[in-house]
Amino acid sequence: MDPLILSRWQFALTTVYHFLFVPLTLGLGWFVAFMQTRYYQTRDETFHKMAKFWGKLFLINFAIGVVTGIVQEFQFGMNWSEYSRFVGDIFGAPLAIEALLAFFMESTFLGIWIFGEGKVPERVHLAAIWLVAIGSNLSALWILLANGWMQHPVGYVIDPTTGHPMLNDFFALATNPKGWLFFAHTLVAGLAMASFLILGVSAYHIARKRSLEVFKRSFQMAAIVGLVAAVLVIIDGDSQGKYVYETQPMKMASIEALWNTEQPASFSVLTIGDLSGKKEVWALTVPDITSLLACNNFSCAVQGVYAIQAQYQQKYGPGDYIPLMVFVYWGFRLMVGVGFLMALLAILFLFAMRKDITKAKWMKWVPWVIVLPYVATTSGWIVTEMGRQPWIVQGLLKVQDAVSPNLTTVDLLISLIGYLLVYGALIVADFYLMKKYAILGPDAAMQESVDAAPAVIGAQD
Amino acid sequence: MSHEFLQVLWFILIAILWVGFYFLEGFDFGVGMLLPFLGKKDMERRAIINAIGATWDGNEVWLLTAGGATFAAFPQWYATMFSGFYLALFLLLVALIIRGIAFEYRSKDANPKWRTTFDWMIAVGSFLAALLLGVAFANLAEGVPINAKMMFTGNLFTLLNPYGLIGGLTTVSVFLLHGANFLGLKLEGELRERVNEFAKKLYFAAIALSLILLVTTYIFTDIYAHLGLNPGIIPVAGLAALFVSGYFINRRHEGWAFIMVAVNIVFTLITFFMILFPRVMISSTDPSYSLTIYNASASAYTLSVMSIVASIFVPIVLIYQGWTYYMFRKRIATKKKSLVY
Repeated sequence: MDPLILSRWQFALTTVYHFLFVPLTLGLGWFVAFMQTRYYQTRDETFHKMAKFWGKLFLINFAIGVVTGIVQEFQFGMNWSEYSRFVGDIFGAPLAIEALLAFFMESTFLGIWIFGEGKVPERVHLAAIWLVAIGSNLSALWILLANGWMQHPVGYVIDPTTGHPMLNDFFALATNPKGWLFFAHTLVAGLAMASFLILGVSAYHIARKRSLEVFKRSFQMAAIVGLVAAVLVIIDGDSQGKYVYETQPMKMASIEALWNTEQPASFSVLTIGDLSGKKEVWALTVPDITSLLACNNFSCAVQGVYAIQAQYQQKYGPGDYIPLMVFVYWGFRLMVGVGFLMALLAILFLFAMRKDITKAKWMKWVPWVIVLPYVATTSGWIVTEMGRQPWIVQGLLKVQDAVSPNLTTVDLLISLIGYLLVYGALIVADFYLMKKYAILGPDAAMQESVDAAPAVIGAQD
Repeated sequence: MSHEFLQVLWFILIAILWVGFYFLEGFDFGVGMLLPFLGKKDMERRAIINAIGATWDGNEVWLLTAGGATFAAFPQWYATMFSGFYLALFLLLVALIIRGIAFEYRSKDANPKWRTTFDWMIAVGSFLAALLLGVAFANLAEGVPINAKMMFTGNLFTLLNPYGLIGGLTTVSVFLLHGANFLGLKLEGELRERVNEFAKKLYFAAIALSLILLVTTYIFTDIYAHLGLNPGIIPVAGLAALFVSGYFINRRHEGWAFIMVAVNIVFTLITFFMILFPRVMISSTDPSYSLTIYNASASAYTLSVMSIVASIFVPIVLIYQGWTYYMFRKRIATKKKSLVY
């Protein structure tokens, strides 16, 4: 097997896996910080229980995000050394800043938050969880600015001797609209994911009439935040679409499986058959909508794949510049479809709360909504990353030229299988603990000392 | 600021990050390795973990920052080292993953098998991480096969040479002693007695291996050509501090024992960077293929930007991390009520 293919699979698997845990950390941190603040202000024991209970789930999830994040930072150099050399003057800076600004902050204050309760002043303990939430979101900002640069390189000149991009405007890198649009999308997607986890777990308990004061209030809070977040995700997604059209037209055309340039361009809702553009069996299309998505009016021309492919061949030399359309096209529809479904569900939950939700028969089905944000964020990243193939840095470097030349198939099989085993075991442990503590409810989470779970080896003391 | 000045500055800054990492995470690794041997009952193990519980993760960020800073300041170094040491770093990542997750998960289930499994993951992960870091650093000092294109041409077994292994075992033994000293400061009662006894034995292992490392360093690295027979006050003081720590360990001056071993770790690391400078990766294939701070660095502009960022945020990080240690300065009792997880 080709080391390049294996490196790509490894990067894809470890990154998708990492991002299963990250958005929940980003969103749930704000919830826990808010709940603890309300407790600090009101001394209302329900808020205390909420902060402790959701805080427990936050911690179980956080741990995996942290340990799999180390892999992310290392594997640019390990598997993509030629990429690292090529972008070294630029890409390392946001990574180093992420570590210095964000990683130190989140990990140090998380330690204070876990171990400091009752040991540090209450205000310090409260500040700690806010700093954890800010720190983890700052980390997202810097890594997305780094990713934004790969999708839309700014603030550089090409060094005439090496041909490598050299940073000449750090401010441009730090204000790259691509990165900020990603960040806004991720921030609210994290809040949406956290909201739907809270909705799902709360519904489980509400359906069983357990700890109602905690879970009704959690449910209400999450329904409101979930709706706002889902709407903001959609709005930001739309802004991103327009920016994709400007900066990565091939990605836009692939999202729509738009082979030929159209003016105005219609939006393809579903396609039955294949996406090759040659033997489409049946497609449901809405006229003019792709033009609206791309340039905010109903009449602009949207370039098709063939036209862009021809342009790129002229500009960058012969080669295939078309992404794997089936993933990009369907990934986009999955993401958008689930996103709208989440907004709709949040509205329904808010309406339902005008009556007594503890009597609602459908409550026992609500836990399944937890799956939705995971589907949306994963398919969203697949669209973003597969949609820019073959580029690792848009217009500057292709993935095939970025891989470490010294790695052998054996090296990669060892690491890929190793990651699969370790990550597989981790997700089993994580799921077991998340489920266990979610079902145990707030009373178990309130018991912080070890004797809540006496171990047999230490039974004598 | 000239490019050359910035290149030297960033070499020093990265050295400081590694020194900080070895000093801080050194005792975390030591504590991790000691865990199943020192803690016999569950409550004791929890107390041992709590000695580093609030701070280990922050300590590990020093490694991530060193990695990120190397990428930003010396991208060629980052690319050659990380791709070259591929399988060693993969194993290091696995070690850090199982160890990190075990700290957070081990107490979240009461099943003794669950807990024992995670306790051993902490011990094995800490051991493997310490060993691999030692192996990697010894190889950096010794030189590894690198061709004219800055590409590493060896494999995992290239790194597992005698000097590399001596470097690895020395790192393990010194970290064990460092961890024991740290626990001597953090624990009380029977556990404190026990760890003090451990420290006495570990002291001899650390001394023996450090002496072997010293002799083999003159054989396998170019320290003699580079620094001369007398390498200066820093390496000598480093080794002397390790010897002196024995006196304090026997006298049960835990604070001084900890400081002396810490001095040994810090000075040994500084010596390592003195052997390297101005090279960052020594080529054993041909000295002229070596990566240096001059041919591996980022541009003057990027280094200037990073210097500004570092000069603002490094002091802030040092203040709040230092403050965390102050907050959690009390000894940890092996009592149920006082142990959180």
